[in-house]
Amino acid sequence: MNNIIAVILLSIGILFNLFGCIGLIRLPDVYNRLQSATKCVTLGTCSILLSLLFFFGFKEIGIKSILAIIMLFFAATVAAHALVRGAYIFGIKLGDRSVVDHYKNANEKNKEEEK
Amino acid sequence: MNQVLNVLLYIQIILCFFCLYRIIKGPTIADRMVGIDIFGILVVGICAIIAMITERSFIIDIGIAWIILSFIGTLTLAKYLGGRKLNE
Amino acid sequence: MKNIISFVFLVGLWLLLTYNISVANIIVGAVMALITVLFFGKYFVSSPWKVLHPRRIFWFVVYLFIFLWECIRANFDVAYRVLHPAMPIKPGIVKVKTGLKTSIAKTILANSITMTPGTITVDLIDDDLYVHWIYVHSIDPETYSRQVSGRFEKYIKKIFE
Repeated sequence: MNNIIAVILLSIGILFNLFGCIGLIRLPDVYNRLQSATKCVTLGTCSILLSLLFFFGFKEIGIKSILAIIMLFFAATVAAHALVRGAYIFGIKLGDRSVVDHYKNANEKNKEEEK
Repeated sequence: MNQVLNVLLYIQIILCFFCLYRIIKGPTIADRMVGIDIFGILVVGICAIIAMITERSFIIDIGIAWIILSFIGTLTLAKYLGGRKLNE
Repeated sequence: MKNIISFVFLVGLWLLLTYNISVANIIVGAVMALITVLFFGKYFVSSPWKVLHPRRIFWFVVYLFIFLWECIRANFDVAYRVLHPAMPIKPGIVKVKTGLKTSIAKTILANSITMTPGTITVDLIDDDLYVHWIYVHSIDPETYSRQVSGRFEKYIKKIFE
């Protein structure tokens, strides 16, 4: 029974990874790619690690997989913040289809203060 | 059971090629870094599936170490991209 | 007090990571935790014992379930936008004002926003969060701040402040 739940969770995780990777290829600019990739791939990998817990039960490997989920969660979100901020400061423009940009003014103000 | 797990492992490995496409093709440097970041997370998934197939516990340790290394690598590259000093 | 809590936390983390309760392993973990606390103790959360209040733990569990639901919804949302042939996206960066004061609460709010439907935090300047949104529903400040951060802000206020 536990094995079947584990394989179902594993399949769901790989399906979400697939969506994330399709988004990485299809979407038009860096920011949108990061959106799709971070969210889908993080939840997919969390699901894969959770399936490990169902497969082995609360033994050594299951507890380690829970720790890996917590670490992966914080690591992925913080890396996404850092990447999107770095990309903006580097000067990569938002895509053609974007509508508003409130960050532009704040960013210019910051640059003047640094000088 | 093992056959199913093997097929899922192959699918996960094929997903890595999607990231490689983005790393090679990416028009800007930030696209390539997004590809590298996602590649690191996918490798953790591969480690988890291999741990399931072989039933050895040390492979999940490799996964945990990979999470931390990939995190630090991405953070360093992002700071470099933002034009900051690395000791800030 | 604060250093003792971070020391115990680090030793517990070490024992979980190595999963081996022998005397030698505990001594190695204690020495490493001591060195870490001596050098980096000042970066730890400033008053960790406040979080252990029962009322806060109750709200934390409630928040965890709400967050998990939003997280799963986020994934279906993004998957729909990616798989749709016309790609219904309308991206932009909006400014969201937050009423939270402590830095840990702001961090958790920023992380929560990153994992929920179509939003990712770009930067945090004073009290303003700059959020990249994959589909900007409206450019009226009140409407979008309710949609982006309103769901989490009241729970985070109860848990971390």
